[in-house]
Amino acid sequence: MAITVEEIAAIEDRHPQIFRRPAYKRFWPLLLIAGTLLYLGYALWFFSLPQVLRESHWERLPLFLSQWISYDLQPEFRLDQPQITPKYPRFSALGENPNPDWVIQNPDGTFTVQIDGDAKSVTFDKTKATITANGVTVPVALTSGKPVVTGPVPDWVTVHDDEIVAKMGFAGEVRVTVDRVKVRKRFLGWANFVFDTRSPFFGRPYSEVVSLIVSGPELQPGTSNLSLAADNIWNNAQWQHGDVWTKLLQTIVMAFLGTLLGGIVAFPLAFFAARNITPSGILSQVLKRFFDFMRSVDMLIWALFFTRAFGPGPLAGSAAIFFTEIGTLGKTYSEALENIDDKPREGVLSTGANGLLVQRYGVLPEVIPVFISQTLYQWESNTRGATIIGAVGAGGIGLKLWEAMRTNSNWANVFYMVLLTLLVVFIFDNISNFLRRRLSRTLHDYNRLQAERG
Amino acid sequence: MTSATLHSDATRQQADAWRRQTSLRRFYTALGIGLLLVAMCATMWFADEANAGHFFDRLPHLLDFLSWLIPKDWNDVWRALFDIASPNDKGTQEFNFPLGRVYVWGGFYIPEYFELMLTTVNVALVSTFIGFVFAVPFSFIAARNLTPSPVLRLVVKRFMELLRAFPEIVIAGLFAAIVSIGPVAAIIAIGLHSIGALGKLFYEINENIDMRPEEGLRAVGANWFERVRFAGLPQVLPNFMSYTLLRIEINVRISTIMGAVGGGGIGEELKLSISRGFGAKTLALVLLLFITIFLVDQFSAWLRRKLVGEQAFLMSA
Repeated sequence: MAITVEEIAAIEDRHPQIFRRPAYKRFWPLLLIAGTLLYLGYALWFFSLPQVLRESHWERLPLFLSQWISYDLQPEFRLDQPQITPKYPRFSALGENPNPDWVIQNPDGTFTVQIDGDAKSVTFDKTKATITANGVTVPVALTSGKPVVTGPVPDWVTVHDDEIVAKMGFAGEVRVTVDRVKVRKRFLGWANFVFDTRSPFFGRPYSEVVSLIVSGPELQPGTSNLSLAADNIWNNAQWQHGDVWTKLLQTIVMAFLGTLLGGIVAFPLAFFAARNITPSGILSQVLKRFFDFMRSVDMLIWALFFTRAFGPGPLAGSAAIFFTEIGTLGKTYSEALENIDDKPREGVLSTGANGLLVQRYGVLPEVIPVFISQTLYQWESNTRGATIIGAVGAGGIGLKLWEAMRTNSNWANVFYMVLLTLLVVFIFDNISNFLRRRLSRTLHDYNRLQAERG
Repeated sequence: MTSATLHSDATRQQADAWRRQTSLRRFYTALGIGLLLVAMCATMWFADEANAGHFFDRLPHLLDFLSWLIPKDWNDVWRALFDIASPNDKGTQEFNFPLGRVYVWGGFYIPEYFELMLTTVNVALVSTFIGFVFAVPFSFIAARNLTPSPVLRLVVKRFMELLRAFPEIVIAGLFAAIVSIGPVAAIIAIGLHSIGALGKLFYEINENIDMRPEEGLRAVGANWFERVRFAGLPQVLPNFMSYTLLRIEINVRISTIMGAVGGGGIGEELKLSISRGFGAKTLALVLLLFITIFLVDQFSAWLRRKLVGEQAFLMSA
């Protein structure tokens, strides 16, 4: 079955378009790849990427990510006072008068702080501290004016001039100087997610909270416990549930209002822009360039302008999406109109119907599903876009996210908002997908009927 | 006689049924539109309430706000664009055009705004490239008909969904703290988002390919990589390219916005210029941005039409 040289030559002669293609056609993929590589080299230089990567702090990434789902407590113990007492920073997650069970005052006057049970802990008094972790015990003497490790120094302990730092991984760290011991203990989870430290419900187990709400005495005379609890949750100072949810609603409203208004304005304009429907070719050209203009003056520019005009807030965001959508929807609507089947229109026209009636009965039934489908698609993508637009001041969750991130300390709040945003995007994607699938079924049936009728 | 009565009875019944049906449908349509209008009014009221300035209070001042935009000397727009010293310069930041020059070679310089625009476009191009490079293999793994393993398919699909839905500013903010604030953080954020967005479009294309070439390759014992390379890729590459070009258009816009929230590039300068009320600078920036986006759109549309024909203009339905 082997083919001979003559047969190969014959096949080549029969199909010259495959075997003897012009050089530029044969080499364009290679040129494309070479061009891309050249461009990447240029980009490497343009963004001075090697330098940026060298100066970046990748060790922060796991730290930030762990802060998304955890919180820490930082008690400090002054050793230069007559009595050693734990001090917590203001607004610590434990509230006023904390007395956690992992800070233990031993009978002999020393303190023990358990960072991860007894396996990772520190025990100290005014003269010495003993740090235990990873199965090793490190004694530190504090009497000679600076902290001194007696014995070998394991690699998780760093000795500075006047401070000894023991890192214990995710669980936390211990910092010892002659006059204070500072502990950071990390907990998995979100602190005070329901009630903040000022709430009278703070620190109570859930069963007690429920029984207080159902049948307890009024904690604050004049208000029922239920409304007090709801108010405390809504105004939680640390998590700001009320504010976050309001801002989230603003983002949803911006996308909805902007897309809907854009659709309402684009709808009549598209008929005048569609070449096969418009009474005047000049009008069509003018409108199409207008749509291009609205799209090309980016959503950012509109957002910045309207933020300045109306002040920051969802009104500015809605207006920005509205103006961009006039362009986008106007373009897609008029393209859909230009692709319609002309026969129903001619049929209605032949009965002597006037212009408006022709559009209503000859054009609309065909394009309405397409219009709605496109509008839903834009709505979906604007729900995502509204988050970013918010960050420049156009209202919604975007700005709140951006402000929470700028401080680099509120990553748990950021994660909370991200989860809510993901939930919203997910829900709206599914609503829009469901509606569009139903519509496309209508469209499909319609096309099939058309095909059957010939 | 009887047959005529029957006939007219049947006709009347049909007409009644039709009337009932249409009236019901009209009722639903009216109800739907009514609900939409109520929702629209409610959301308008909500947006107005929540805004710092209210619509009807601010409306008469809309033109005042536009008045700062009109420069006293229209030539300043060109001077700002090309960094030419303005005679109106009184030492303020409003007219300090030549200070932003980026000298490339001796006396040859790139005007500041062109350099910033270049940054924004480069961010968009590099991040689209990142998106493309990762989305292609992911899309073959995620396509039902080509996947090497159903479990892997599910993992990759979910991962791409997450990348797509994750707000870009959070990724940008996270990486701004790691690689310093600026364009590199924006590239990472937009690139990650592009992987998800392109990956979804790509695998939907992959699922609609003609499987006969793949069967042929399978028959001669080709492995997964060879099947994807020689049976899948040639069929889908034009469509991949078309969607990637569409993505470049979108990414230029996102990269501008990212700039405004600290990603560097023209967005940052525009935001500053508007917030300080520098008319000439703002107009120059808007003009440059407008022309760039318009050119990118037109170029990409032209290339897409060459690659896949009119089909390129049907948005995903």
